[in-house]
Amino acid sequence: MEFNKESGISVNRITAGRRHPLARYAVLLLALALIGGVYTVALTVSSSRQADAAIASGRADDVAEGKKLFEQSCASCHGRNAEGTASGPTLIGVGAASVDFQVSSGRMPLANPGAQAPRKPPAPWVNEDTVRQLGAYIQSLGGGPAVPTAEQVDAAKGDKSKGGELFRANCIQCHNFVGSGGALTQGKYAPPLHEATEKQIYEAMITGPQAMPVFNDSIITPEQKRDMIAYIVGVREEPNPGGAGLGRIGPVTEGLVAWVVGLSLLSLAAIWITAKRRQAK
Amino acid sequence: MSTQPVPKPVAGASGFVDDRIGAGNFLRRNLRKIFPDHWSFLLGEIALYSFIILLLTGTFLTFFFKPSMGHVEYTGSYGPLQGVMMSEAYASSLGISFDVRGGLLMRQMHHWAALLFIGGMMVHALRVFFTGAYRKPRELNWIIGVLLLTLALAEGLTGYSLPDDLLSGAGLRITEGVAISLPLVGTWITFFLFGGEYPGEDVISRFYSLHILLIPGILLALISAHMILMWVQKHTQMPGKGRTNENVVGAPFYPAFMVKAGAYFMFTFGVIALLGTFAQINPIWLFGPYTPADISAGSQPDFYMGFLEGSLRLMPAWEINVLGFTLPMSVLIPALVPMGIVMTGLALYPFIEQWVTGDRREHHIVDRPRNNPHRTSIGMAAITFYGVLWLLGANDEISSVFHVSLNWTTYVGRVLIFVGPAIAYYVTYRICLGLQRADAAVIGHGVESGVIKRLPHGEYIEVHVSPNEAIEAHMRGKEPIPVVTGGGGGDDDGIPSKAMRSPLGKLRTKMSAAYGGEKIPLDDGHGHGEGHEEHTAVGQGGDEKSLTH
Repeated sequence: MEFNKESGISVNRITAGRRHPLARYAVLLLALALIGGVYTVALTVSSSRQADAAIASGRADDVAEGKKLFEQSCASCHGRNAEGTASGPTLIGVGAASVDFQVSSGRMPLANPGAQAPRKPPAPWVNEDTVRQLGAYIQSLGGGPAVPTAEQVDAAKGDKSKGGELFRANCIQCHNFVGSGGALTQGKYAPPLHEATEKQIYEAMITGPQAMPVFNDSIITPEQKRDMIAYIVGVREEPNPGGAGLGRIGPVTEGLVAWVVGLSLLSLAAIWITAKRRQAK
Repeated sequence: MSTQPVPKPVAGASGFVDDRIGAGNFLRRNLRKIFPDHWSFLLGEIALYSFIILLLTGTFLTFFFKPSMGHVEYTGSYGPLQGVMMSEAYASSLGISFDVRGGLLMRQMHHWAALLFIGGMMVHALRVFFTGAYRKPRELNWIIGVLLLTLALAEGLTGYSLPDDLLSGAGLRITEGVAISLPLVGTWITFFLFGGEYPGEDVISRFYSLHILLIPGILLALISAHMILMWVQKHTQMPGKGRTNENVVGAPFYPAFMVKAGAYFMFTFGVIALLGTFAQINPIWLFGPYTPADISAGSQPDFYMGFLEGSLRLMPAWEINVLGFTLPMSVLIPALVPMGIVMTGLALYPFIEQWVTGDRREHHIVDRPRNNPHRTSIGMAAITFYGVLWLLGANDEISSVFHVSLNWTTYVGRVLIFVGPAIAYYVTYRICLGLQRADAAVIGHGVESGVIKRLPHGEYIEVHVSPNEAIEAHMRGKEPIPVVTGGGGGDDDGIPSKAMRSPLGKLRTKMSAAYGGEKIPLDDGHGHGEGHEEHTAVGQGGDEKSLTH
């Protein structure tokens, strides 16, 4: 009973307090404080973690290092602040993926201006770290597509059949049915995909280098991109069951072989067979 | 003939057959038939034997091919297409390639044989053209040959489309584009062929009937006619010792020619089998199933359609709209004009030549190409015309392999298609005359013996000897090309007949004078123009030549 009585009192007290005219303001204040506090704490924790990770892997001054590299190797065409010049476009907003694609495939720095930058062995200063630093600098200028993760480009996780259908629908009109490449207008071309790494293929799709259109994630989802990578990598590693592949560019080389090998051999055979000729007596 | 008695089982059986179908008499007459020997006479056999291999491998393919456009899901053993929806035709072609024992080899041999079939026809036709072997009495056989070539293109096109892969679909799309561009009847023809809107559901089964039944049937009949005519009219022969328009010098069909022909069949079979084994052709699994929305870079037809592809690529955009009708000239002209020029030109050439030269004689000895320079030049100009179109059909591959601008290949091609044949004509004509001069020099001065002689006064000369008998006979086989003279009416008064006084007749006279006649006479001794000084003879008879000149 006493207990009941006590609790009854306390219940009454809380109930009374809840009904106090100022109670609603107190509650609101408390809720705001709580949300704000949690948010602040969370933000500090996470940012300190990022900073820690960057320091741990030596990325703390990536942007600064990247800027130095940029000034050494890129600024002459792209401008001192990547704002672009008459001989090179602005790089603000192109993102780290673009940098990784262009530099790791040797296309940039450009050897000489032409219709299109060819793939070539990368410059001597190019390595994983310098590409990352340069990418960080460009990313810091205006964002843009980031470098895909290893999982996003893992061909082993993709579906070849689905990728093949997407590849045929979106890529082969320029890159040929197995990615052997093809010609475009005015000296431009769709390069062969034989040497492109999985990461570079992904980056090309999200950044649209040179004559290539951008295939962003709303047109082709990241999973579909991985399927396509699986098909491209799979088909180029696939052996030719029918003998020599003849460049895998279709009937042009087949016709050439039919004439140069087939008809030449048969002409030689005809000459051989008729070498001994009968003369009139 | 033989002194030994024929064994009874042989005599009995052959007597039985002979009594009923009279084969002995037929064989006795034909087995000893003489065939002249020249390596170029075997080129046509490439096509013949390829055709036999096409029939054999094609029959094998029909056992497993399903000519249906019904939609199925692929469940065969080629991984990258697992679960992809495709036509039954494509699925069964993949089945032939991956799941039928020996199927891929058969498919590849069939395709290589098809390329050699048409390639063989082309080189054979060129041999006949450049040697003038199409002349009377062989004009009909020449026309059969042109028909065979045209039909072979149709046979190739229908066969190429059957697997219903993405690449063949591109060819089918162009076929549809050409059909629908025909004035007035285009829409009708397209709907008839495809059974409705492109691509419809019927075209594969219709092409299948054409490809395995109708066209091969006609081909077989025409090839038989071609062979029989050749047999009856006898084969032409190269000019040479003892060869006249009335005889045939060579080896008898049995046994010599039969052995050679048999060996050549084996060679053809061997080359096709080698190609089928070691060179991959038409890898349909890489192309994927046909979807009208997809197209691959480097989509090309097989080589024999390349000249049409090239003309389509060269043609500038041009469209005429009259009274609500559209004439797509940029499709009509490239589809019909080059084919028309090549095929009609081939078919009419023997008759045009007859008209120009007025030559109605029979010819069983062929010309050496140099000895009819205008014909050879026309042939080379036609080859250049065809060759430019053919090359430009692959301009995207040329552009991408040799890193030249695609646009420039087109611009250059548009000029070359007109200028190229003219240059080829001129260059060939000069080469022919040069070769004729070389022949005249051999006949007139003999050949260099390599023996250097010192004359009493100290001069060195090289001794020339008369040429080998066979070579000389070969060269002396040249005869002047007849010319229609202005007075071709038969009168001796030199007044042209009425027909020859018409504008057409005057044109004919002019053309004939240019085309015919003797450009470089063989026996004119030293009368051959600019070569004269070099050939100043020293000593007697002009058979020795001074080195000091």
